[in-house]
Amino acid sequence: MSFVTGLRCRECGRPYPAEALHVCDFCFGPLEVAYDYEQLAARLTRERIAAGPRTIWRYRDLLPVDDAAPVDLGAGFTPLVRADRLAAELGLGELWIKDDTANPTGSFKDRVVSVALTKARQLGFKVAACASTGNLANSVAAHAARAGMASVVLIPEDLEEAKVTMTAVYGGTVVAVSGSYDDVNRLCAELTSEHPSWAFVNVNVRTYYAEGSKTLAFEVAEQLGWRAPDHVVVPIASGSQLTKVAKGFTELAEVGLIEPAAPRISGAQAAGCAPVATAFLTGADAVAPVKPRTIAKSLSIGNPADGWYALEAIRRSGGSCAAVTDEEILEGISLLARTEGIFAETAGGVTIATLAKLAASGQVRSDEVVVALVTGHGLKTVEALSGSVGPAVTIAPSLSAFDAAVGELSGEGQP
Amino acid sequence: MSVTVRIPTQLRTLTGGTGEVEVEGATVREVLEALDARHPGLGERLFDEDGKLRRFVNVFLADEDVRFLDGLDTPVAPGQSLSVVPAVAGG
Repeated sequence: MSFVTGLRCRECGRPYPAEALHVCDFCFGPLEVAYDYEQLAARLTRERIAAGPRTIWRYRDLLPVDDAAPVDLGAGFTPLVRADRLAAELGLGELWIKDDTANPTGSFKDRVVSVALTKARQLGFKVAACASTGNLANSVAAHAARAGMASVVLIPEDLEEAKVTMTAVYGGTVVAVSGSYDDVNRLCAELTSEHPSWAFVNVNVRTYYAEGSKTLAFEVAEQLGWRAPDHVVVPIASGSQLTKVAKGFTELAEVGLIEPAAPRISGAQAAGCAPVATAFLTGADAVAPVKPRTIAKSLSIGNPADGWYALEAIRRSGGSCAAVTDEEILEGISLLARTEGIFAETAGGVTIATLAKLAASGQVRSDEVVVALVTGHGLKTVEALSGSVGPAVTIAPSLSAFDAAVGELSGEGQP
Repeated sequence: MSVTVRIPTQLRTLTGGTGEVEVEGATVREVLEALDARHPGLGERLFDEDGKLRRFVNVFLADEDVRFLDGLDTPVAPGQSLSVVPAVAGG
């Protein structure tokens, strides 16, 4: 059964039915899914969740769509990895990495897309579409193929090659747009008005889509033994993920699955696209749009739709927000790979570098249980590392050449 | 010659269902005020009590966000097109 009672405008509170709506007709504010938390508290138990599949769908009662056979490639229930070596490097105590590189198409977007397309199919949409910085494109194309839906995916023309290939392979229509992600996004917002029968997952189905990110909080809490961490570090693109992670912990407490808890939520951005971090650091009460210029293309949203709400969630939770340079992003990728064996894309580099920065300044503390969200796989953005990593040496295929070169390199004598 | 304003679905109940409206105006503000005069009620949807664009209303002049230009004071040339787009999209 579904516990959804309807939709509600976050700005002015006007109620709407749970249909294909995403903004308030009156003030253009975003619509939020409303649930019957009393019913949920009465029905939902840890055991009921544990008996579910090892995917996001184990939390179906807290998701906005109920379907016995969701559009599913197995998103979610990704590893929560204890990161002692990274913690030692950063001077932290109990540190965990939520490794969302392990999702079916290599990023957290599988969570939101699985929810969005399940709802879209239920609402009768035949075409899955999106504006994407790459990860969403991969996921929409794959899940549409899985569901037997047509797909139309719009991306900025300068995207990483792997992300284009990983989208086009699924056979949908990929449209490269001359312009930035914000241009693509604006075009899709306009296309939504012209193609009302298409499900643009992050436009007209966004209300449902965004709810998928709550599962990050649900999983972290369950994997920690049904408790919230003290501090979560989340990358910010549109700001939706951070907002929903905060909502996820609040909901778990509200339905009685965890003790009331208010984890600090901190945001991570690239210095070349830091509208939320800038607003946080200057104390501004509005998020001014910027023109992005960073290697972290998956976070290159200069005009973040949920930037204001992300800022509010950070401030309310007592968290922080910082931005890191492209150089620091690459160092972050290497640090995570070297210490924990996890290869993250540039957005993951942003998270780790920001975590390092906040740890160094004492804003993430060693007495806190800390979780950092690593939301996309490194194979998607390998070109960011070209030139900075590679073979230590090239040798002739002989023992003497190996001994001569590697004997010295290993630094530890015989292996 | 007039300015074409593209209207999103959410506001088309106020324009009799039409997605494009032609109005006159030399700045973004004048164009949007002319729009409100033509289709009463549009103004309160676009502007807050202080006469500023609502937080979730984006206005694009020839594909550029007017916040990167001079906001509501941005000059508009005849023949240009203005798009009103809800901000809640993306990511």
